[in-house]
Amino acid sequence: MNEMTRRRFLSRLTVMLTAIIGALVGLPILGYLLAPLFRAPPDELVPVGAIADFPVGETKLVSVRDPSPLAWAGQTADTALWVRRREQSGPQMFQIFNVNCTHLGCPVNWQAGAKLFLCPCHGGVYYSDGTVAGGPPPRPLFEREWQVSGDRLLVRQQPLPTVKQG
Amino acid sequence: MRSLRAIGKIPGEIASWLGERFELEDSVMAVLRHPVPRDLERPIGWWYVLGSATLGIFVMQVVTGVGLAMTYVPAPNSAYDSLQFISHDATLGGVVRGMHYFGAGAMVVLVLAHMTQVYLFGAFKFPREANWLTGSLLLLATLAMAFTGQLLRWDQDAFWSIVVAAEQAARAPLIGNWLASLVVAGSNVGGATLTRFYATHVFLIPAAIFGLIGMHLYLVVKRGISEPPVPGIPVDRPTYRARYAEMLHRGIPFWPDAAWRDAVIATAAVVVVVVLAAIFGAPQLGKPPDPTNVVADPRPDWYFLGYFAILALIPPATESIVIIGLPLFAFVFLFLVPLLWPDGERHWSRRPAAIAAVALPLIAYASLTVAGIASPWVPKLEGGALPAGVTQGLSDSARRGADLFLSKACFACHAIEGAGGRRGPDLSHVATHLNRDQITARIATGGGGMPAFAGSVTPSELDDLTTFLLTRK
Repeated sequence: MNEMTRRRFLSRLTVMLTAIIGALVGLPILGYLLAPLFRAPPDELVPVGAIADFPVGETKLVSVRDPSPLAWAGQTADTALWVRRREQSGPQMFQIFNVNCTHLGCPVNWQAGAKLFLCPCHGGVYYSDGTVAGGPPPRPLFEREWQVSGDRLLVRQQPLPTVKQG
Repeated sequence: MRSLRAIGKIPGEIASWLGERFELEDSVMAVLRHPVPRDLERPIGWWYVLGSATLGIFVMQVVTGVGLAMTYVPAPNSAYDSLQFISHDATLGGVVRGMHYFGAGAMVVLVLAHMTQVYLFGAFKFPREANWLTGSLLLLATLAMAFTGQLLRWDQDAFWSIVVAAEQAARAPLIGNWLASLVVAGSNVGGATLTRFYATHVFLIPAAIFGLIGMHLYLVVKRGISEPPVPGIPVDRPTYRARYAEMLHRGIPFWPDAAWRDAVIATAAVVVVVVLAAIFGAPQLGKPPDPTNVVADPRPDWYFLGYFAILALIPPATESIVIIGLPLFAFVFLFLVPLLWPDGERHWSRRPAAIAAVALPLIAYASLTVAGIASPWVPKLEGGALPAGVTQGLSDSARRGADLFLSKACFACHAIEGAGGRRGPDLSHVATHLNRDQITARIATGGGGMPAFAGSVTPSELDDLTTFLLTRK
């Protein structure tokens, strides 16, 4: 009976020590790997260009750069946006769209003649104001918050559309 | 002469010394010689080779993968250039990358073929349920390798595939946003994304695969290779083991009586992959992964094209269910197979539902793949021209209309005499069933999936377009 208790104690001790090893190794690595979940999403205003570069009535492709990219990010630190100048001035002056189709994120392409955004993956189509004209997209193109500062246009950085919109 | 013969004996002597000193006779050889049912000597034994062929290709994937990792630079600003170097400049680099690429396709095909054979032979039944479960996990791991591998190609397709993957992950209930953040390792595809996919592809999943293959092979040897099924002889759990043990008394050793067939097919599989790689080389890289170049046409590799197609063809309302639910259902079903049907008839001729369970998804997926290759739902974005026969002898108004047909992107979705997109109806003979008012109304207001063009064409342009289309009789 004594012998059994000793054995039981030793096996429990061994299992417990193994669990402690597992926790000591596992917890730091788990935190390290899950870090992206706890990092605050980007929320800065970045410059898009001079307002004069955007003629009224036109939709142009611009690229903005992540203000603090990793040194090896290369071109992935760039993000493309569609900027539509609606009016000469005022709160309705611009519409800035993410290039990502709201269906599954492929980049939509502006057809100036037809005044439509077309998606190359599953055939989503949007009107110039971003509303859905056809195909599988469930909602209009995602719009970005923008600001005019002097003669410059600024746009707010954003995570991948659905990551934020859910 | 005598000395030559003595030299010829050296390899054999080294082998027997090694075998003795390392006790291989009791370990490796004993395992290799494990008895298998005598029926495997018959031609039906050729059906039992697919697992070994998969293993052969897997070893090739490990070897070529290690080779590629010697040169590949998993950083977003260098990966594309390092792949160009491997494909075009490195000695035999194109062949090695080609082997890894065709090997990936071979893995997917062989794992599925192996599974289909095991399923139709009823070999997953008692007492081999765990063989099937570890095999199902290996299928998952193989698909995960195929997907992550395509992303490491790090061209434009790969970049947008990650975006699409994140968007799909985001559809999962509750944890969707977390999953998406983990897929891109942050809030956007960026500097942190590629290294994670790299580590997943070369360390995490392979480690899991090694462990699972170990368990899978241990179970294959421990439970024994299933005997070829005979109609009318069902698996009866209380008596099966005794019957099988009895069968093995009259069995044959796996090595070499059955193993030679495995070697023949594994060799054939590797030869096919190497020959394909030697002829075709590495797959072409697409454009560089520039997020600001929106002229993209992202496509997955051929074995995922069916899934790509389904996302275009199903009603949008059912999409989230299909994206999350269909794969989930498929895998839950896969894991339930041996638990729900552990006994009963094994032979496929007595299991018509099993034949349907193989044939229907196969036909469905093949059809979807064909649809995915054609992708008729995709608007034709690149420029094009109408055939000369269409534009010849048109009135001024109709000629302007023909130009508008191109510049207003009608051409992107509608074909005329073979030129143009296939998303909307072919307009080669539209004037035979629509009159001027009907055509005008359709262009202006759209409908049935077509955008309304009232806001983007002037009344006179609309008039010219209609005049042009009325020439199409």
